[in-house]
Amino acid sequence: MHELTGYSFPNDLHVHWSLMIVMYPYITGFVAGAFIVSALFHVFGREEFRPVARLAMATSLCFMAVATLPLNLHLGHPERSWLVMVTPNLSSAMAGFGMLYSGYLLILVLEVWFVWRQEIITYARQSRGLKRTFYSALALGTYDQSPEAVAIDHRAATILAAIGLPGACMLHGYVGFIFGGIKANPWWSSPLMPVIFLLSAAVSGIALLSILYQVVAKLNGRSIEGRTVAALARWLWFFLILTITLELLEIIMLAYEKSESWHIISQLLTTRLEFSFITVQMVVGGLIPLILLGIVVLMDKYLHERIRNTLCITSSILLLIQVFSMRWNIVIGGQLLSKSMRGLRSPYSPEVFGREGVLMAIALVVLPFVLLWLFNRVLPIFGDDGHPPAAGQGGVEGGAATEARAA
Amino acid sequence: MDHAPRPSAAPPPPPPCDAPADAARRDFLGAALQVTGGAVVLLAGLDAAASSEAHHPPPPGGDGYNWEEHRWAYVIDTSKCIGCGSCVRACKQENDVPEGFVRTWVERYISGPGGSYVDSPKGGLDGFPPVPTAFTPTKSFFVPKMCNHCKETPCVQVCPVGASYRTRDGVVMVDGKSCIGCGYCVQACPYGSRFLHPETHTAEKCTWCYHRITKGLKPACVEVCPTATRALGDMLREDDPVRHTIEHERVSIMQGHLLTEPQCFYLHLDMEVR
Repeated sequence: MHELTGYSFPNDLHVHWSLMIVMYPYITGFVAGAFIVSALFHVFGREEFRPVARLAMATSLCFMAVATLPLNLHLGHPERSWLVMVTPNLSSAMAGFGMLYSGYLLILVLEVWFVWRQEIITYARQSRGLKRTFYSALALGTYDQSPEAVAIDHRAATILAAIGLPGACMLHGYVGFIFGGIKANPWWSSPLMPVIFLLSAAVSGIALLSILYQVVAKLNGRSIEGRTVAALARWLWFFLILTITLELLEIIMLAYEKSESWHIISQLLTTRLEFSFITVQMVVGGLIPLILLGIVVLMDKYLHERIRNTLCITSSILLLIQVFSMRWNIVIGGQLLSKSMRGLRSPYSPEVFGREGVLMAIALVVLPFVLLWLFNRVLPIFGDDGHPPAAGQGGVEGGAATEARAA
Repeated sequence: MDHAPRPSAAPPPPPPCDAPADAARRDFLGAALQVTGGAVVLLAGLDAAASSEAHHPPPPGGDGYNWEEHRWAYVIDTSKCIGCGSCVRACKQENDVPEGFVRTWVERYISGPGGSYVDSPKGGLDGFPPVPTAFTPTKSFFVPKMCNHCKETPCVQVCPVGASYRTRDGVVMVDGKSCIGCGYCVQACPYGSRFLHPETHTAEKCTWCYHRITKGLKPACVEVCPTATRALGDMLREDDPVRHTIEHERVSIMQGHLLTEPQCFYLHLDMEVR
């Protein structure tokens, strides 16, 4: 093959999908990942996830609340964004966004309502004035706390979680589809893309909860459940293995087939993405957590609790970086490749200020945590014993705990 | 060559034209809603209905133009191109193409047994200065490029709001009034023909000078080409030379494996060109 000098199409000099389009799958990844954790308890009855089940659901909702922001910040005409919902072009993958997003949001809100319903009623009964009006509105006119009603709440939460799980998977798999379905771009065009996005969403969601659970417990002076941390580590390891395998498989396949695009993709990976792909995504964010979590999973009984927790937190932080770099390498990397297949664009560095800038991206990550704090003020996630009641289950104890808290 | 391209920027290509009755109806309803006030939701519904008309707009173009009677196609004979860049300049002027972007461009290929070199400085806007190569060139040629106005076009497929559409006479266009500026079509075009306009923030592309061809004129690039490298023709006219070329000569298309069915056909294309 001829030695090709870099040539990009003249219109290929701009990275149109900016940092905000990196943030979008990063944020929806937390939505799906956190929901998977809550479903492990609500649907699959994994008792070890009880302490994080409500935290997971609230986290999912708070990230969902900001998920459309990066998209609107990116659009050339955000004031027309509603057209996607009202006059969707059904042949476009992007047109499904409205339906998927609102459908999943509805399921999530309903589930949160059923899970927190007992507390809402208790607050509505105990508070006065504006607060009472607020909680009464949240209660939607039903104040039934009978064991039958509690059982119904529990069943409803389970059914909603069972529907929400494929919903969350579709919402995020769909984000991968947006990229995977672009045949013009060989770095994106792959049926593996939705699967990789989904698996890395699970990784980011579990990693975030692993950190949040320990940090919140420390801040509130509660004990950390060893088996919960260990279970989170186990599932994190499992999803990490799948993610890394598929991420590598995609590249190995291109290289082995000596596909037409490999010539330019190999250049992309070894020049423009050398740091973000090889160093961050594969080594620091991939291999190291794989080893650390492997130690936690395989040698759990030999580890001191503090060491295990530290190993989990460390690998979770590295994995949050890994998933971000994966989003970056897909979204930005795919655009550094000119469709001429003969050249790479100059490296992209996002602006600092401005609506698509770094500060905005940081704000987008901080905002869900502010929302989570607010959520916890309105509907406490943890009971005073540090063991939140699950939906319906022990709703009465939950009520008692919050009563004590309110008092 | 009776009609030189107009020196001033032409108005944007007609969006799917509103029939007078439609416009009147919309004006009336708009006014009625403003009077009643507060009916935001209903107004939103109306706007949506208006933009959905983009899918099936009434025939646009000049007086008496019927888009059912034409099917446009384009032929580029690469062996004739001298790389003067007149087409790129004419297009810029005719369509007010923003700085740093092009609706059509010319690529220069220099190759030999020892390697190959491709460039397109500013899309060929100012022609091509001599360039030294590290190998001994044995052939060099120019290839003009533009939107291929594909029949199975990925850009129209992916547009989430239907702002990108293909007219019945075979031209792929963008309705700037309903484009949300998401850039999905830019990503989906395998040919790098689209861009987001830095001022309007909507997708832009070659329209084969729809505002000209519907008045019986040639596209600006065809009009100014001194070597007749470029030609636009009508596949529904039996005596059309472009139709004759496509039907009887050995023509190529860009990236045929993607099955986009380009309506821009090439003569004498080299294997280096993608």
